[in-house]
Amino acid sequence: MRTPALVVCTLALSAATAGCGIFGGSDEEPADIHVYSARHYDLENAFGEFEEETGLKVEFLFGEDAELLQRLETEGEGSPADLFFTVDAGNLWAADQAGVLDPVESEVLEGAVPEEYRDSDGSWYGLALRARTVVYNPDNVDPSEFDTENTYAGLGDPKWQGRLCMRDSTEAYTQSLVTALMESYGRDEAERIVQSWLDNDVDIMSNDILLLEAVDAGTCDVAIVNHYYLARELEEKPDMNVELFWASQDGLGVQLNLSGGGVVTTSDAKADAQQLLEWLATDGQDAFVGDNHEFPVNPDVKPDEAIEAFGPFEPMPIDAEAYGRLNADAIDLLEEVGYE
Amino acid sequence: MIGRAGRSGRSAWLWLVLLVAAVIAAPVVAVVVDGLRSTGSVTLPADLAEMVVTTLLLMISVGVGTLVVGGGLAWLVTVGRFPLRNALTWMLVLPLAMPAYILGFVFLSTFDEAGPVQTLLRDAFGAGWLPPVRTLPGAALVMTLTLFPYVYLMARAAFAEQSPTTYDAARTLGASRSRALYAVVLPLARPSLAAGLALVMMEVLTDFATVQYFGVETVSVGVYKQWRGSYDFESASQLSVLVLLFAVAVLAGERLLRGRARYTQRGGRGSGPEPVHLTGARGWAATLVCLLALGVGFLLPVLRLTGWAIEEARRDADGVVDYRFAEYLANSLTVALVTALACVAVSLVVAHALRMTGGRLPRAAAQVTTFGYAVPGAVVGIGVLLAFADLDELVRAAGVEGGTGLLVTGSVAGILYAYLIRFMAPAYQAVDASLTKVNTTTTLSALSLGASPMRILTRVHLPLARSGVFVAFVLVLVDAIKELPLVLLLRPFGFSTVSVWVYELAKENYWEKAALPALVIVATAVVPVYLLFRQERLIDRHPGGTA
Amino acid sequence: MNAILGIEGVSKSYGKVAAARELALTAEPGELVTVIGPSGCGKSTLLRLVAGLDRPDAGTIRIEDEEVAGPRSWVQPERRRVGLVFQDHALFPHLDVTRNIAFGLDRLPRAERRARVDEVLAIARLGELAGRYPHELSGGEQQRVALARALAPRPAVVLLDEPFSSLDETLRAQVRADTIAVIRATGTTAMLVTHDQTEALSVGDRVVVMHRGRIEQADTPVSVFERPSTRFVASFMGDAAFLPAHVHDALLTCEIGVVSTVPGWGHVDVDVDVVLRPHEVALTASDDGIGVVAAVEYHGAFVLHSVRLPSDRVIQSWQPHSVRHPVGTRVAVSVVPGVTPTLLVGDETVTKPPS
Repeated sequence: MRTPALVVCTLALSAATAGCGIFGGSDEEPADIHVYSARHYDLENAFGEFEEETGLKVEFLFGEDAELLQRLETEGEGSPADLFFTVDAGNLWAADQAGVLDPVESEVLEGAVPEEYRDSDGSWYGLALRARTVVYNPDNVDPSEFDTENTYAGLGDPKWQGRLCMRDSTEAYTQSLVTALMESYGRDEAERIVQSWLDNDVDIMSNDILLLEAVDAGTCDVAIVNHYYLARELEEKPDMNVELFWASQDGLGVQLNLSGGGVVTTSDAKADAQQLLEWLATDGQDAFVGDNHEFPVNPDVKPDEAIEAFGPFEPMPIDAEAYGRLNADAIDLLEEVGYE
Repeated sequence: MIGRAGRSGRSAWLWLVLLVAAVIAAPVVAVVVDGLRSTGSVTLPADLAEMVVTTLLLMISVGVGTLVVGGGLAWLVTVGRFPLRNALTWMLVLPLAMPAYILGFVFLSTFDEAGPVQTLLRDAFGAGWLPPVRTLPGAALVMTLTLFPYVYLMARAAFAEQSPTTYDAARTLGASRSRALYAVVLPLARPSLAAGLALVMMEVLTDFATVQYFGVETVSVGVYKQWRGSYDFESASQLSVLVLLFAVAVLAGERLLRGRARYTQRGGRGSGPEPVHLTGARGWAATLVCLLALGVGFLLPVLRLTGWAIEEARRDADGVVDYRFAEYLANSLTVALVTALACVAVSLVVAHALRMTGGRLPRAAAQVTTFGYAVPGAVVGIGVLLAFADLDELVRAAGVEGGTGLLVTGSVAGILYAYLIRFMAPAYQAVDASLTKVNTTTTLSALSLGASPMRILTRVHLPLARSGVFVAFVLVLVDAIKELPLVLLLRPFGFSTVSVWVYELAKENYWEKAALPALVIVATAVVPVYLLFRQERLIDRHPGGTA
Repeated sequence: MNAILGIEGVSKSYGKVAAARELALTAEPGELVTVIGPSGCGKSTLLRLVAGLDRPDAGTIRIEDEEVAGPRSWVQPERRRVGLVFQDHALFPHLDVTRNIAFGLDRLPRAERRARVDEVLAIARLGELAGRYPHELSGGEQQRVALARALAPRPAVVLLDEPFSSLDETLRAQVRADTIAVIRATGTTAMLVTHDQTEALSVGDRVVVMHRGRIEQADTPVSVFERPSTRFVASFMGDAAFLPAHVHDALLTCEIGVVSTVPGWGHVDVDVDVVLRPHEVALTASDDGIGVVAAVEYHGAFVLHSVRLPSDRVIQSWQPHSVRHPVGTRVAVSVVPGVTPTLLVGDETVTKPPS
């Protein structure tokens, strides 16, 4: 009895001592800008660069989109957050709807971020773009098999029977793809498309990397993934047997989504926060998209070589409001047709 | 339960239980109230009925699975003596240490069609050797093999402390070993098995990471979809009330089925049944069975993580050691230790108070303290935020300038509070299961000796429930180190733990980078588990001498 | 008739502790053997070995002519037809009385099982308690259930491990009488372990006295009490004074004077110890007596006098309740006529003159 009890006490005591900093607050000087972010990629490096350039200290807290938004709302006045970054246009719209984002008027931002990638009131600005497109195994698929006008819808053609893999319905990427289909073709047609995928016995997986591995292994011929996962995997495994195909290039264009953010309404460092946002949209674009192989929103900034190798593409326009408003309907649609 | 004698001072215990229950239930209540208060119509998922059926099926299959695997293995290591038994005895708890958000990916990247196992089988024997993995049976199998330690741990402690005479009595009455097991040993371990099973059920109910990977739509998946996809927290919170109802039904059902039967044994803490030496092939077969059970939930993930960690180290040797590592680990340990101590202390007080006061009200209140485990973690987190927001409103209404300040998310207090809510269930279940086997007469005789309730707590109940207390401590510690949604949601700026670190990387599919810290989480759990087993002599029992 | 139970040369050690050393014992059909000894003497080990809960290191055990334990044989406890009643009763707390009793009858067809349970319930007078759970029973009732449960499968032998020790004094006599009556009525061969001398002597057909893992004596109650074979048995089975004595020409003398004659010891001249039990000692108030009453205990029917002798040894004497010598009274001490006291040389009883 005695020894372990002692060990436990000692452990607890030493940990409590070590952890004193947690309860008493850190002795480090407080940051100038506090960021809530549902996006993690390369933020650290980007903020590091910003700190070096401006001397402003940035601290960020990573979390899930919905949870962070809920936290912002309940924290209210007392929230320490100055900036809120999230992924998916729908989430940006939802944050704006919740009233946690303050409109920012900035010539720098307006100049750097094309109109279609920012809120009309300036409540949020997109910073990086991701494309959700088709990848295939060249051993089993000839790119000419794809419908170049309606590529996503075309995957419902019986010739793809048993050859498809896609993401699950809990994933925001799936939801916004369906939202985009609803926005483009109307709800009934979108439902028919999803149903046709199911009729083709689409194999539903819960991770983009697993999708890529499946295409590489040939257990799937075609999958829909975010472009940067392929770029990243190819970097590590250049002999991966997976090719990218830009969807719907003769039609509505490839589906895009964006990550971005806005200044928090209750922030007490709005000027600094705006400065960071402006920097990220301009000088910081490279650092922000950096190793993650996303496309910069700023047309003056060149994407990295790995994704340039995928070639140019036509994007489908992003309607954040539609993404936000229709997302729930997309979930309903997926549930109704039984897409897991 | 307890008679007239010495009523004074005991109403204080009643109030204490009620207070504890109120404090712990507050966030869950806040969620429910928030859900009901919303004027907007609640949208329930279109396929809710199907989700409910799926949830039930998953609960039943994982429940049966963990009972068989956990109970069976506990019996095997209790009675059997076979190669590597001592090491396996405590290692069988380790699957608990593996975070769910790691497991799903590890399993599928290993066993799914494109994974190495099926590729190998396909190359060697052609297609169709494994049934589809991403199915309900697949999820049930994986959850069984990762959650069985809850049942195993509770059963192991129960078997080890069972009075051997009951088992012997069964044998001399003509019962074979196996009949003695299912007719006497298992029923007598029922409070412990039920406690372990209740934890398993709640894990199944609130799990999101694993089921999502396996494409199984439980009600919890519905909660997250409703919340994250439809930005509709009200509907999500109402759905989680449904999840909670499931848990209440499970717990109440078990109590009802017990009827009048009791599980206390005379003669106090025994030393379990006599060991059987399994020699030769039978011994190694036993070893193999344990290794198989351990393989899926522990060895395989550890192997894969190790592989990734090595890959990462080869690619970027300098990046492996992060300067923040020590800080994160210290944070994880501190929070987990404080939580474990708090949960055990509160559980002990509640379980003890129950025996001091008796009656329906405190019993119900005690049960309420465990509901935090039956609500999806992130919902508990929001509940904590809401509860504090309400408190803040109250304080402001009372005229205090600035209200409570940023108490929840401005400090670690919120995390500790949320952890207490969340992990009261494992702590209380373990402590209560142990105390249930303490005779009421023991409490009564202590009372009749004029001992004060406090003295009975420290001198009678604490020592008698010792094994439960240790189990509770270790369960909470291991659970709290890997816990994710609460710490992710409630942590203040500048505060991070190893599990947050792992998740940040895993979420964005940087598995190689996540591997090492994930292994650290697992390694951290090894120490308390090993200490528990050595402490409780669950590893090696000396041959019992008789008069 | 053959013995129901035969134990030969059985030894068992737990680690370095020898709990049973070369035990040999038999029990005839219908016999009730009591086993007594101080705690740790090996009496419970004996039961565990017979029941098959422990395996002997050496020796053989036979039950109804079947070798159940031996160098090359081992029968599992559930196949031995041995009933065991535990000190703590070991009732199954999750089963009611009926199902506790029916536990050992699972191989019987349902109807027979029910009939046997009813029969046993009747024998043990448990009919009204059939639906109760163990925690709803009194100690005595629990004991009756434990016995009924053990007897239900009609075991060849039933073993009782201090079955009455957990009962309080007032209850014990009644429960014991009931138990023995049931065992006698069913003609069951039984072995009852106890640490209560009176119990061992009063209920046993034969008494086995154990000490340090050995059987010191196994004999009728009268023999064990009146003709103990060792100093240990003499001292353990009842109060006794051990006085240094001398035998010369068949005459036994000690400090109280001539005790008795010892027939057949005509030509010896040896030192022995004489064992004198309180009922064998007579007292007479006498001013020139050699003893002084040191203590008087009133036991109701009898009064126990402790008398200090000149050697400072104390000897005890039962006197009828009417006789009561106050403390300090000088008394003459003698031996009740007709008594042939036990003589010891060293730790062993001697019946023949040492050669």
